[in-house]
Amino acid sequence: MTESTMRTRTIIALASKPSLPNHIKLRHDAGRGRWLILAPERVFEPDEISVEILKRCDGATSVEDIASVLAKEYNAPLQDIIKDTISMLQELSDKGVVKA
Amino acid sequence: MNEIVEIAPLEEFGEAVAAPQCARAPVGLLAELTHRCPLQCPYCSNPLELERVNTELTTAEWQDVMRQAAELGILQIHLSGGEPTVRKDLEDIVEVAAKAGLYTNLITAGVTLTRDRLKKLKDLGLDHVQLSIQDVDEENAERISAYKGGLAKKRELGQWVREFDMPLTINAPIHRHNIKNLPRIIDFAVEMGAERLEVANIQYYAWALKNRAALMPTRAEFMKSAEIVEEAKERLKGILVFDFVVPDYYAKTPKPCMGGWGRGIMNITPSGKVLPCHAAETVPGLQFDNVRNRRLADIWLNGQAFEAYRGTSWMKEPCKSCPRAEIDFGGCRCQAMAFTGDAANTDPACKFSPYHAAFVATAERESAEANPPNFIYRRVGGASKTPE
Ligand code: SF4
Ligand code: SF4
Repeated sequence: MTESTMRTRTIIALASKPSLPNHIKLRHDAGRGRWLILAPERVFEPDEISVEILKRCDGATSVEDIASVLAKEYNAPLQDIIKDTISMLQELSDKGVVKA
Repeated sequence: MNEIVEIAPLEEFGEAVAAPQCARAPVGLLAELTHRCPLQCPYCSNPLELERVNTELTTAEWQDVMRQAAELGILQIHLSGGEPTVRKDLEDIVEVAAKAGLYTNLITAGVTLTRDRLKKLKDLGLDHVQLSIQDVDEENAERISAYKGGLAKKRELGQWVREFDMPLTINAPIHRHNIKNLPRIIDFAVEMGAERLEVANIQYYAWALKNRAALMPTRAEFMKSAEIVEEAKERLKGILVFDFVVPDYYAKTPKPCMGGWGRGIMNITPSGKVLPCHAAETVPGLQFDNVRNRRLADIWLNGQAFEAYRGTSWMKEPCKSCPRAEIDFGGCRCQAMAFTGDAANTDPACKFSPYHAAFVATAERESAEANPPNFIYRRVGGASKTPE
């Protein structure tokens, strides 16, 4: 494999349009009454706010737009929500759970 | 193919959520579809008594297991072996598993799968491929697995996985014969475009326990490998995710084996026996149910083998009053059995175990041996000293 086909680290920014790769599944687990992220050899249990962010990761909506919607919904300062959203998505991107 | 499948049963982020105790549904099911395998790795986690092909569950029986697993609330299914791809009906099993909503993971040594079959599996819903390698040095890999030409086939499989845009994990069981090649193993995973690399120090059960003196690395070698992984983790952040499985012999506290007995994972053997972990048959006094005559949910909830060491009530001191009792569940019952003669004892990997000093001394003595014993290769009939 040549240099050019090798993957590089994705850095999440305001304009990024995050989505879940095909092999990552965000699923509501009715039996246990919670949301789960199914990933290779891993199951993550996202908290409520993470679920709200992930549901909006459709590959078309930017981080900025996701954060604005949530800031309104939760009645919270936009700058704080942006910061939290980026850091959460960066963490998930580094774990291979989100792409952008 | 199930050397060291370390499956974190539930990794949490964000707000911690209290995990319900005891009889909740397992997160994962390790399905050993067959014990047949063209390789003969001396650390194989299959039992010394390998199950024969004529005892294997049929296609319909495995399909029924998949449906029952989904009903029970199992989330992930690990299709393992032996080498699961030697079963010609793997496609039929994957299809039913995926339709039932299970997250499907194929654990393979990658020497028997063709491009067409992989494509078909993907189309039927296979979610993930975990490819094991014995070493990146070809000659050494062939010596370890007693199989010629494996590495080239693995490379090829890795390329197909990329071509079909499937996620890839490389699993590298680590021991004294390949620990020095760790930097090259990491490069290999990057080159293959893998998302994850399991640097899995051997867990000494079954064949690995039989071959322990031939496999154990020194503490210094292990410490060096831990540094290499730490450095690579930083350097490859966002490119390669690492899972580092520490060898018990150089640990201070044990791992919560299988996420706690009867808590995170269950294992089904080729003939349908349902085990709390793949080495559970080495623990005396346990009765194992078979999917051929009891429902999976009933086995999980009420089976004698699962009840025997579930939770913490079976514990003795020092586990009983230890604050880590519900973190590591006293470690591994099979290791306690093998080393102390009582499965209800604390895992000797724990520094609080009275057997810990002897446990560590064993590893130090064996790893210091300049001329380790020859491998006892994993094969039906066992215990023969040379590869065929
Ligand atoms: S012999 Fe090797 S490749 Fe085959 S199942 Fe065992 S560990 Fe896996
Ligand atoms: S004493 Fe038992 S519970 Fe405590 S750390 Fe050791 S193994 Fe774990």
